[in-house]
Amino acid sequence: MDFLTDSVRAALVLILALDPDIASAALTSLQVAACSILLAAIPAIPVGLAVGLLDFPGRRAAVLALNSLMAVPTVLVGLLVYMVISRRGPLGGLDLLFTPSAIVLGGILLAGPIVATLVMNAAEGADRRIIPTAMTLGAGPLRAGLKFAAEIRLGIVAALVAGFGRVLSEVGVAMMLGGNIRGYTRTMTTAIALETGKGEFGTGVGLGLILMTIALLVNILFNLVLQRSRP
Amino acid sequence: METIARLLRLIPAAILIGATLAAPGGVRAAPPEARLRLATTTSTENSGLLGVLLPPFEKKAGCRVDVISVGTGKALKLGEAGDVDVVLVHARELEDRFVAGGYGVNRRDVMYNAFVVLGPGEDPAKVASSPDVSEAFRRIAGQESPFVSRGDRSGTHLKEQEVWRSAKIVPKGGWYVESGLGMGEAITMASEKRGYTLSDRATAVAWRGKSRLAVLFQGGPGLRNPYGVIAVNPQRHPAVRHELALRLIDFLTGPEGQAIIAGFKADGEQLFFTSPRRNH
Repeated sequence: MDFLTDSVRAALVLILALDPDIASAALTSLQVAACSILLAAIPAIPVGLAVGLLDFPGRRAAVLALNSLMAVPTVLVGLLVYMVISRRGPLGGLDLLFTPSAIVLGGILLAGPIVATLVMNAAEGADRRIIPTAMTLGAGPLRAGLKFAAEIRLGIVAALVAGFGRVLSEVGVAMMLGGNIRGYTRTMTTAIALETGKGEFGTGVGLGLILMTIALLVNILFNLVLQRSRP
Repeated sequence: METIARLLRLIPAAILIGATLAAPGGVRAAPPEARLRLATTTSTENSGLLGVLLPPFEKKAGCRVDVISVGTGKALKLGEAGDVDVVLVHARELEDRFVAGGYGVNRRDVMYNAFVVLGPGEDPAKVASSPDVSEAFRRIAGQESPFVSRGDRSGTHLKEQEVWRSAKIVPKGGWYVESGLGMGEAITMASEKRGYTLSDRATAVAWRGKSRLAVLFQGGPGLRNPYGVIAVNPQRHPAVRHELALRLIDFLTGPEGQAIIAGFKADGEQLFFTSPRRNH
């Protein structure tokens, strides 16, 4: 029992003292997740819309692929990216391994399928008559698509939040590609893994509480915005 | 109202972009200072030694040392691939193979400590009274007491396998747990299972009071744990920061580094010892 209460007490001390190492890890986590989701959204939203709206041969295979990609283990993504950006790999010359950019690369691959799938689901569930209507009013296919995307913006934002959460919470990619370097690529999750390995359970719990608080704040924020923008 | 709603809608985007661009520790394309990549074992990092050993070097050399702490086996693999510039590890045989294979140059002894056998205080296998470590392992196997192996090709795992070989035992069965965990986690697991494990002394001291295990067996030449530092061969990997790597090796084996190592204490106890015989 002491063990649990001591851990929580140590956690609170840590949070209140605003430890610089923890602040750096929290910031790195946020930055990496934010970059990943922004970059993942660029291909994932159009792909999700296309698969959700269009009928093309192989569509079912595409849906299946997107669904399965969501379940790819993070360490596997980490391993694949490692093999590409290691000095022995094709992109070795870019010197990306063990930098925050490497984690972002993995994060894009993690978040992309989630964003695409959730956008696809949102597109399937929406009223797609808006597209022919817009096109009869003189809009091109691109304009009509944008109009439709605006219509399902709630679903798109929800997809981005889910992808953001996946990157924020994973540890496999951050550990393998970032290397858990103090003050540089150490994220909240790799810091938790490290502290647990050192037997500093209190610090681990503290970091976990901070991570959950960040996730909660981000979700509250998005929810607030969604409610305001609901028609 | 409409404008307010519109502005509100921009907040998440603004936060995302702000977080992306914001200050230190983040996504920097080209770091301003030179970064030396050191792959090392968890024991040197987790014990806190590198925390006091590296800052003076960083100041002197005007660089940052990026510490990637993994098991010895993986650290050497990262060196083979040229993904790090220098390695600090503890598995003499693998180190020699690393150098002989042309992957590393300029190997130097840095320090040593010892391995210890940890186990539950009541010591059902009577490890504490055994004459040597091979006998201690034989007793654990004979009792089929739980034994938690690292199982990860770390330096400690390699030493453990060496001891089993010297005891002429092939550990197998429900009592022998191949965990695939780091040293600290393996100690936790052994503590929960009321079993035994082999640990480096630094981690064992760091875990004193955090687990229910005690040091039951120590000492003897069979449990010596020497650490070596090796620069990754620049001929094989031209992109490595070889000059900085050599400076780090000089620092670690020179008077300043050796003094810091010898003076480093945790829980009032010296964890790493510098060897009197120097190999250069």
